[in-house]
Formats: sequence, structure tokens, C-alpha cells
Amino acid sequence: MLEIKNLHASVEGGREILNGVSLKVKAGEVHAIMGPNGSGKSTLAGILAGRDGYDIASGAVTYDGQDLLTMPPEERARAGIFLAFQYPVEIPGVNNMYFLRVALNAIRRAKSEPELDAGQFLKSVRAKLKLLEIEDDLLQRGVNVGFSGGEKKRNEIFQMAMLEPRLAILDETDSGLDIDALRIVANGINRLRAPDRAIVMITHYQRLLDYVVPDFVHVLSEGRIVRSGDRSLAGELEKTGYAGVGS
Amino acid sequence: MSDVAQALVKEGYKYGFITEIDEDRAPAGLNENVIRFISTKKGEPQWLLEWRLGAFRRWQRMQEPKWANVHFAPIDYQAASYYSAPKQKATPKSIDEVDPELLKTYAKLGIPLHERAALAGVAVDAVFDSVSVATTFKDKLGELGIIFCSFGEAVREYGDLVRQYLGSVVPQGDNFYAALNSAVFSDGSFVYVPPGVRCPMELSTYFRINAAKTGQFERTLVIADRGAYVSYLEGCTAPQRDENQLHAAVVELVALEDAQIKYSTVQNWYPGDAEGKGGIYNFVTKRGACRGARSKISWTQVETGSAITWKYPGCILEGDDTVGEFYSVAVTNNHQQADTGTKMIHLGRNTRSTVISKGISAGKGQNTYRGLVRVQPNAANARNYTQCDSLLIGQKCGAHTVPYIEVRNPMARVEHEATTSKISEEQMFYCRSRGLSQEDALSLIVNGFCKEVLKELPMEFAVEAQKLLSVSLEGSVG
Repeated sequence: MLEIKNLHASVEGGREILNGVSLKVKAGEVHAIMGPNGSGKSTLAGILAGRDGYDIASGAVTYDGQDLLTMPPEERARAGIFLAFQYPVEIPGVNNMYFLRVALNAIRRAKSEPELDAGQFLKSVRAKLKLLEIEDDLLQRGVNVGFSGGEKKRNEIFQMAMLEPRLAILDETDSGLDIDALRIVANGINRLRAPDRAIVMITHYQRLLDYVVPDFVHVLSEGRIVRSGDRSLAGELEKTGYAGVGS
Repeated sequence: MSDVAQALVKEGYKYGFITEIDEDRAPAGLNENVIRFISTKKGEPQWLLEWRLGAFRRWQRMQEPKWANVHFAPIDYQAASYYSAPKQKATPKSIDEVDPELLKTYAKLGIPLHERAALAGVAVDAVFDSVSVATTFKDKLGELGIIFCSFGEAVREYGDLVRQYLGSVVPQGDNFYAALNSAVFSDGSFVYVPPGVRCPMELSTYFRINAAKTGQFERTLVIADRGAYVSYLEGCTAPQRDENQLHAAVVELVALEDAQIKYSTVQNWYPGDAEGKGGIYNFVTKRGACRGARSKISWTQVETGSAITWKYPGCILEGDDTVGEFYSVAVTNNHQQADTGTKMIHLGRNTRSTVISKGISAGKGQNTYRGLVRVQPNAANARNYTQCDSLLIGQKCGAHTVPYIEVRNPMARVEHEATTSKISEEQMFYCRSRGLSQEDALSLIVNGFCKEVLKELPMEFAVEAQKLLSVSLEGSVG
């Protein structure tokens, strides 16, 4: 589904951050990409979702065989890619439900599916809330406006549930969460695992992996994947720290 | 929303067409004979002719105001024609007698004038160049004693009311453009709501400039008698023409004891092209008097059109416990300039005013908020809250905030908050990463920014206003 080949990239006009990343992700798989601060994790997430401000020096990224790097962010979203933001953005004055409905319908239109009216949409919202076992207290507020850190992350997972992506990239979704919030978010992610859906979790800590068990774990260091393994690699990291898992 | 918004973004100014119709017009130029011509055409009584001539004599001694933050070549007031009317055999008695070309024009604008096709709950007075061509739902309103008609008709049928209130809020010599309007005003709407009556439908006037080389100088007078309530809206469009056209209107509102007037404007005059050629000069004086105790006047405006906008709808809070409100969204894109805001004059005790202004600048647009809050010595416990937010899109536009605060009563409380922000790339990226196109993302963020103002508009017009915002910002990102 996703293939990254020897990707070299830098922040526009700045130093190189990704230094030859290669990765293959198949449908149904859950990958965890771990690494210390500054290793290039968020840059990788940003490049996959189409954030501006990066120079791609060389390498390629394909998604379902298409060249991902030439697609604008909205086309990627419509093709089934979802980025859960590390810092979800506030949009004052825009109702959270309305935002989600506009987004969902934009994606449905792209897939030539009929748009949902307010009633159908509400029904779908209720079903997803039930699936994720989360509260609906955030829906009538402005998008992320005045949300706590935990609420913002919960809202990202809820968006993911509604938009039903084929490839979800979760950027530090566990950061800043207390243990209860972490459990809710992790529970949500687990329920969204599906045979036709791949999930890439980017995280600093291994504690998320206690709740969402990945099929593969990769260690990103200085812009390259220096080790890959199964979930036991995460346990090893916990003991030795990133310093001990060098190349 | 996004479908419509998207279609609109591509379509640009869609009201720029010209209606081919025979017109009856005054020769170019402005002098006492032209004013007599207008007055005669309209069959006006002597007192009104005298009033016009008085205003004209004042105007001749006045200078154009220079303090606004707008720049334009000098206007040749002798080059324009001050009266243009579509030729009709006689005043149409019913909609069936109105020239079909005119009906077609309004249908194209989305304003059906046949009552059976009209928007439910909205009565419309349609003003085409210098005359009112039709007013809908008059009979229904008449049963409640509500008068809703063209200004010309009001002068003929309700002369005493007009004479009593005309110029009582905006005096003839108030400013250069108001004086000009008082001398040459053509048509407009007149509303009177009798004591204790709550007007059951939105009253609406739709202004259309069609003829070339003319100005539009309409005059609107709304009177809410004791305990009455009325909600009034106006919409405006004009054809796309290369020369600038002048629109200098005067609106006066009078609210007596316990009365409420809600006045909403969706202004979409032709803004000129992307290079700044053409467009309407919108120099307008609007003011309401809360004359009786506990009365309330609320202005809501969405200003997206015009090459230049110069307007400051204000409230004179004369009665005790009166309330004035001003909610504004002003958009300037390409070469548009807006200098707009409000005047809140606190005279009575316990008077309160609220000002919420949202300025959006894109392209090379310049947007100035200019607002006066004046608390006079007798206005004990007066309160004002002002919030001015500016949003910048791109690198070449400007936002300016010029508050004037004059407080002459020590018990008054006046607050002013102002913010300026740029549309953030992170907000745009967040929306796009959820599947929204660039245009839809911008429209969503801008509509969110304006929400506090848009929610003050009556439902049908809020939708219209949202679409307009998207169209007006066409081409400002990407």
C-alpha cells in the first residue's frame, strides 16, 4: 500500500532531516516508528500527509502505486490517507460536527459516493461514538477550541473513525495524555484496526505499544531507520534506551 | 456548502450583466434645474422641492471629506446623470403591469417579485436605478397597519409622516454625501410600523444600479412606533462596468419607546476587476435614533462589494436604557478599499452599545475600521463593548483600526479589544488534510472568523452572505 524508497528530505533551506528512509507498509499492518527527539519522526509524518515546507532531495514515496509526493494534501486525504496531528489546530467559530461533515462529504464525493445529509451523518456519528466508547461532549464546540490535550487527541481518533482512512498516520498521538486518556485513545485505535487498513504510529515512548500492539517496530535515528523488528524490539528499547540500539 | 462555494469561487461576480431597457434620464450635470426636474418627475409637493434645494445650496458650500483612509481620483459631479428610470407607461398597479424585462432581471438576481414565487416570509421592494419597480406583500402588511412602500409613494400617500421624520436623524448638512443625497435622492423604501405591532415578515429592499453614467442616491426611512418591532434587510448589485459609479445613500431609522429595529445589509456592488478598474464608490450615511426609552437598534452589515466603501452606520442613544448594536464583516480583495465602522453616541442614562467588527483583507485590499464611541455628560452608567478583529490573507493587504473614544461621564464603562491575525498555514493544512480543497478550507476558516456577525443575519441571508464571502475571496490563496 505504502512504499517509501530511500527518502532524503530537509526543512526548506535547512539541514537534511531524513537521510535515506525506506519502509514498506501493507494493508492490515500496524507499524510503530520510534525514535528520540529530532530523529525525523514528525518530518516523515508531515511529508506523507503533504505538509508544505520540506525539500525532497531524492527518493520516492508511492501509495497504491501512485506517486504520493506530487499529490496536494486534499487529494491524499481523498485517496484514504489520514494524519492524526501531534498538535491539532484550532479553528474558531467552526462547529466540530460541521467540520467533520464537510470533510466526510468531500471525501465521499471524491469516491463518487452520495453525500450524507445532516440526519444520516448524525446516525453515523452516533454509531462511531458507540464503537469507540467515547463521549459526545466535544461535538458542538469549535474545532479544537479550548480542548484539553486529551480531548484534542480523542477528537483526532474520532475524526479517523468517521473518515475511515485506508492509511492512518498517528503522529505522537500518545504524547501529553494521562493514563485514562491514553487508554481511551488506544482502545479507539484498536477498534479501528482492520484488514484493509494500515496504521503507522509514530511515538517517542513505548507505553502506547502496551495498549496497541504493533506488527512491526522501527527505530528511526538521525533520519534513517536503523533497526526493524517485531514488538519485542520495543521492549528492548525500553531497557537500553535509544542509545543502545544504534546501527 | 462546499459544492456551492466551489461553484461560486469559479464563477466570480455573477451579477455583472446589463439589462437592455429604455430609460428616462436627466441630462448630465447637477444644478437647481436638475433638482426641479427630479422633483417634478416624481410629482413631489412644494415643501420637498424646497427641502432638496436647501440641501443643494448647502452641498455647494461643502467639501468632500478627506480623512478616510481611501484613495481615488477626483469625482466630476457634473459628469453624471442624477435621474434614470426604466420607461414605463404609468406607475404599475400590480406586478402584472411591470415590464417583463425588469421581472426577468430580478429573477436572474434570485429575487422573484411574483408573490407566489417569492421567498416565504420576506416582503421585497425592488429599486432599479432611480425608481422602485415593485413592492410585494403590501396588502398583507397593510392589514396590520404596516406601511412598506417606495419612498416616492410614501411622499404622495403619507406626506406628513415623511415630513415629520425626514432629515431628523441625518440632517441635510451632516456630511458632503448626505447633503448630495438630500438634494438629488431618487427612490428607496419607506417603512412605518404602528404601535405595538410586530412585523411578521422580513422587509427587504433590493437595490440595483443598471444604467451607465448614473449614480444611485436612494433614501430609506424606517420608523418603528412605540413597542413595534421590524427586521429590515437590503441587498445590492450592479453591472460590471469599467467606469466608477457613485452610490450615495442615506438611511434613517427611528425607534420610539420600547421599539426595536434590526437592519441588515448584504452589500455586493460591483467591486471592480482584479486590476482595480471600475467598481462602485459606496459612500453611505446610515444612522438610527433610539428616540424612546428602552428602544433598540441593531445594525448588521456584510460588505463584500464596491471599489470603495465609506460608511459608518451609527446609533444615537437618546432615550434612557436604550441599546445600540453594530455587527460588521467587511471584505477587501484585489484593489478594494473599505473605511467602515460605526458611531455610538450615548446621550441617555444606562445606554448600552456593542460593536463587533470583522475585517478581512486579501490581495491588495485595504481595510480600515473607524469607530466612534461618545459618552455625553448625562449618560450615566453608559456601557460600550467594542471588539475589532482583522484577518489578513497574503502579503500585500492591509488592516487598520482607528478607534475614537470620547467619554464625558465618569460613570461610563468603555472597553475596546482589537486583534489582528493572519490566516495560518497550519489551519489551511489541517483542513486540507481532511479532504477540503484550498478554496473550501479558506471559506470555512473565514466563515468561522465571521461567525459572531453572520449569526445576527436572518437565516436566508446568512446563507447568501456565506457564499458571498467565498466568492469575494476568490483567487486570494494558492
